[in-house]
Amino acid sequence: MLSSQKINLAKVAAKAFASPLSVRTFASSAAVARNFNIELHKDSFESYKCEVPSLEVSVSKDDLLHMYKSMVVMRRMEMASDGLYKAKLIRGFCHLCTGQEAVAVGMETALTAQDNIITAYRCHGFTYMRGGSITSILAELLGRRAGISGGNGIVGAQVPLGAGIAFAQKYLGQKAATFSLYGDGASNQGQVFEAYNMAKLWDLPAVFVCENNRYGMGTAANRSSANTSYFKRGDYIPGLKVNGMDVVAVRQAVAYAKEWAVSGKGPLLLEMETYRYGGHSMSDPGTTYRTREEIQHMRSNNDPITGLKQRIFELDAATEDELKAIDKAARAEVDQATEEAKASPEPDVSQLFTQIYQKSAGVPFLRGREPEETHYY
Amino acid sequence: MSMLKKAATVVSIPSVRQALLRSNPVVANALLAKRAYNSKGGVEMTVRDALNAALEEEMISDEKVYLMGEEVGQYNGAYKVSKGLLDKFGPKRVIDTPITEMGFAGLAVGSAFSGLRPVCEFMTWNFAMQAIDQIVNSAAKTHYMSGGNVDCPITFRGPNGAAAGVAAQHSQCFAAWYGSVPGLKVVSPWNSEDAKGLLKAAIRDPNPVVVLENELMYGVSFPMSEAALSKDFVVEIGKAKIEKEGTDLTIVAHSRSVGFALEAAYQLEKAGVCKAEVINLRSIRPLDIDSIVKSVKKTNRLVTICAQVMESEAFDYLDAPVVRITGADIPTPYAQNLEGFAFPDTDVIARVVQRTLTKQIGK
Repeated sequence: MLSSQKINLAKVAAKAFASPLSVRTFASSAAVARNFNIELHKDSFESYKCEVPSLEVSVSKDDLLHMYKSMVVMRRMEMASDGLYKAKLIRGFCHLCTGQEAVAVGMETALTAQDNIITAYRCHGFTYMRGGSITSILAELLGRRAGISGGNGIVGAQVPLGAGIAFAQKYLGQKAATFSLYGDGASNQGQVFEAYNMAKLWDLPAVFVCENNRYGMGTAANRSSANTSYFKRGDYIPGLKVNGMDVVAVRQAVAYAKEWAVSGKGPLLLEMETYRYGGHSMSDPGTTYRTREEIQHMRSNNDPITGLKQRIFELDAATEDELKAIDKAARAEVDQATEEAKASPEPDVSQLFTQIYQKSAGVPFLRGREPEETHYY
Repeated sequence: MSMLKKAATVVSIPSVRQALLRSNPVVANALLAKRAYNSKGGVEMTVRDALNAALEEEMISDEKVYLMGEEVGQYNGAYKVSKGLLDKFGPKRVIDTPITEMGFAGLAVGSAFSGLRPVCEFMTWNFAMQAIDQIVNSAAKTHYMSGGNVDCPITFRGPNGAAAGVAAQHSQCFAAWYGSVPGLKVVSPWNSEDAKGLLKAAIRDPNPVVVLENELMYGVSFPMSEAALSKDFVVEIGKAKIEKEGTDLTIVAHSRSVGFALEAAYQLEKAGVCKAEVINLRSIRPLDIDSIVKSVKKTNRLVTICAQVMESEAFDYLDAPVVRITGADIPTPYAQNLEGFAFPDTDVIARVVQRTLTKQIGK
C-alpha cells in the first residue's frame, strides 16, 4: 500500500520538481546556467566489490539551494512534530528524522518519479521529498482528515516488499529502481537477507539502503550486529558506504546506485552513515545509551545543514542573506502548515468501516463492537 | 504447584481512573502510579512492578530461568518491565537481542528443548508475528511430535491488544490466534495479582505459555494481598476468577476489559438495573468453561466473548441469546475519534447488558 502510495506521490513529486524553478525566487537569471564543480572528501565513499563513484560532482546553484531548502523545511517540520507531540496532539508513536535529513534529500535529488522508495516509520522526510505536503504529513500525525496515509510499522518488513516492487519494475520492463530503506537495527531481521538473496538471484533493480544511525532504539550497532560494515553484509551483493551527513555525497552515491541497478547488474547495498539527534521515538530521551557529548559533537561537526551551508559559502553560490531568507520562508511555511493541519477536522465517524476491502469486494457487512453496531455497506 | 486462595477482595476501579486512562493513558498512568504510592494502608503495586517482581523471584529461585528480548537489558525494557534485572542478574541471564524475532524466538525455543526456562519477551505481540512459526510450529508442537520426549518450558510474553494511538499494525489482540493452538497455554492478566501470579505460573509451567499483557495496564496500581506479595504466590493457569458476584447476568471478560465490565456492572447495580456477575477469565487456553457454565446456570444470561457455552448444558439455561462484545471487525484506526469506536468500553458493556436483560428466548 505504501509502495503504490509512494508511486502516486512520486508522480506528484515529478510535477513539483520537473521545473528547475522550484527555487526560482533565489536563482538570478545570470546564475541559471552556472554549475559548480565540487570535489567530495576522499572518505565520502568506501566500496565492497565495486568501484567507488567519482568524487567530482557538478551541481547547479538551483540544486544546492533546493537541497538546502528541503533540509531546512524537513528539520522545521520535525520540530513542529516534536512540539505537537509534546502538546499531546500527536499520539502513539512518533519517530523523527532530525539529523538524518541529507539521506532523504540527497536520494530524491538523484531519482525520478519512476523510481520507488520504501521505508518504515522514520518516514516523514521521505514523504515530504516524494511530494507529500507539510500540511498533509502533520495532519496525518494528528489523525486528521487532511492527512496523507502511509507508513510501515514492522521493523524490516519493508525490505522484502521493496524487493517485490523492484521485481515488478523488472517484470514490467521499467528502467527504474526501487530503494528499500532500513536501519542498522532492522538489518538483522532474517527477511532482509532473504530479500538480498532473491534480489541477486533474479538480478532485480533493487537498492538496499541501510540508514546506519548507530543505534537501533537503545542498542548500539556493535551490540546488535556481528558485522557493522552494513555495506558488506550482502556477501555476494556489492556495496558502498556513504557519508550520509553530506547531501551531495548521498546524491552522487544514489545516482551511481540507480545507474547500477537499471543497467541490469542487479542489486546494490548502500550504507548511509548518519545520526539521529533525538531519541528513537518520543518516549525515548535518547541519552541513556549514548552521551550528550556524542550528540553535541555530531551536531557541531557533522550536521548536514551546516555542512551544506559551508559548502555553499565556499563555492560562493549564495549569500548569507539568501540562505537566511530560505530559513525564514521555511519557518513560515511550516508554521502555516501546522496551523492548517491543526485546523483540519477529525475524520468522519462514517469512515470507521471504509477501505478495509475494495468497494467491489462483495463484503456485505462488518461487525462493530456488538451486534447492533454492525455496518452494512 | 500451590494455588493460594486469597481473601475475596473485590477490586473496583474508580471511574475517575478509567476515564483518565481512556482519555490520556500516558498522563493517567503517571498520575495514578504516583497516587498509588501516596495511598494509606495496604500495599498497592503497578502491573509493571508485579511483572518485574515475578521475573525477579523466578530468576532467583531457578538458575535456568533467563530473560531474552529486544531492549530488555541495558535499556531496562521498552516498557520498563525488566527494569533493574540486568544489574541484578548480569548479561548471562538478561540478554539484549538484535531485532531478529524469528531468530531469537527460535533460539529460545531450542534452549527450552534442552532444559532451560527462557522468558522470551516480545517488545509487543505485534512483533511476534515475525516469529509466529517458531511459537506455533516449534514451541507448541514439538512435545507432541517427539512422542512426549521433548519438553518446551518456555514463556513468551509482552504487551498485547489495543494500545493508544498506535493504529493498525500495533493495536491488535492475539488471544484468539494463540488460543486456537493446541500445545500452547495462553493467559491474559488484568490486575497486578493476575500479572504476578500468572507470569510465575507460566515460567514454572512445563509447557510453552503465551502471556498476553496489556500496555495500558502497566502503570495502573492495584492492591496486592499479603499472599500475592509472597514469592510462593502463583495463580493457577486455567482457572477463571469471579471478580464480582451477581444473579441477573454474567459478563465474561479478560485483560483490560475486566475493568470496564466491573465498572459497567457497578453502574447498573447502583442504578437498580441488575446485579451482574463479572468473571475475569485470566486464562484463555485452557478456558475455564466450568466456571462460566456454573455462572450462566445461575444468571441465565451471558454477555461474553465465548461461544463454547453453546455446546454445554448451560445452553438450556439461557433466557436470552448470548451476546459477544468484541473489538470492531476492522484494523485499528489511528484517528482518536475513530479509535474510540474500535474497542469495547464501559458504555458498550452497560448498553448490551441492559438490552440483554430485556430479551427473552421464545418470546
